[in-house]
Amino acid sequence: MNGCIVAFCCEHSAYPAADLAGKLRLHYPENIRVIRVPCAGRVDVIHILKALEKGAAAVLVLGCEDGACHHITGNTRAKERVKYCNMLLKEVQIDGRPVAMFNLSPNAPHKFVRAVNEVTKIIKESGR
Amino acid sequence: MIIAERKPMEEIKQAMAPYKKVLVAGCGTCVAVCWAGGEKEVEILASQLRLARSAEGNEIVTLEATVERQCEKEMVEELKDKVAEVEAVLSLACGSGVQTMAELFEDKPVFPAVNTTFIGMPEKEGLWVEMCGACGDCFLDRTGGICPIVRCAKGLLNGPCGGTRRGGKCEIDPEKDCAWVLIYRRLEKQGRLDLMREYYSPRNFRAVKRPGRVQAVKA
Repeated sequence: MNGCIVAFCCEHSAYPAADLAGKLRLHYPENIRVIRVPCAGRVDVIHILKALEKGAAAVLVLGCEDGACHHITGNTRAKERVKYCNMLLKEVQIDGRPVAMFNLSPNAPHKFVRAVNEVTKIIKESGR
Repeated sequence: MIIAERKPMEEIKQAMAPYKKVLVAGCGTCVAVCWAGGEKEVEILASQLRLARSAEGNEIVTLEATVERQCEKEMVEELKDKVAEVEAVLSLACGSGVQTMAELFEDKPVFPAVNTTFIGMPEKEGLWVEMCGACGDCFLDRTGGICPIVRCAKGLLNGPCGGTRRGGKCEIDPEKDCAWVLIYRRLEKQGRLDLMREYYSPRNFRAVKRPGRVQAVKA
């Protein structure tokens, strides 16, 4: 897992979007590891921390658009957890590795690619 | 319940600096409810420690365990095998739990990872307020179930003081309700306002000899 981007993808939005990106032959960095989750709200702080412990360069939590969560509040919970996780990482001075949340709809493959590219750029700029 | 909050990470890191293998031990009762030392917090703290130490190039191995109540010897004894494997214990229990652990495993240093702060209750999600000072001489029967010792900033027995603000707020903290205004309103509801006219003489603050000890009487 060293140096890769772990992307927790909600099966109702980001996962179909990633699938569609593949079908459309859109290019995005190959170092991404997609993990399908039933909802972004399923991703807990410890999942993000463990991914970083195993050497992930960045962790993405990709969920439904605001107000469109299949499980009503999963994406807002995920956003709060990502915020909390960043605070925990700052406490131990590991804030160089991006942990971010993106909201996208299942028919937004370009947004998926943009999110991955954005994080990859941050990682490259920080020299990891 | 007993309320605690986690110590600053820097303090925990410094305490753990000399050790390579530690047990992060949580308690599943009070401190779990106030999000300071339950199973989840144990996982997160252990992970933070590992991340911090691996970034320094000085890896640490952590064992994790949470017992139902760390203030009971029988329950802490369950950790015997795990404690034997490590150099030190980082306990996320209240002060009582830390001391139980330290007493049971005298040969291992036990470090507290939380600051035990008070006896309180949850006011809303994520906010706990102090309710009881454990003074050993309960006064709540005369104050409509509101403790002036803890909830009045001055701990007055014969309140309110002259500093109550408009709207029944405290002069020391305008965000806080004046305990004696709350007491008045509660007694008014109960038709017991005559209690407000009582004069209470200074309390016996030595009702409980420290350290406290309670022996149950067998039926």
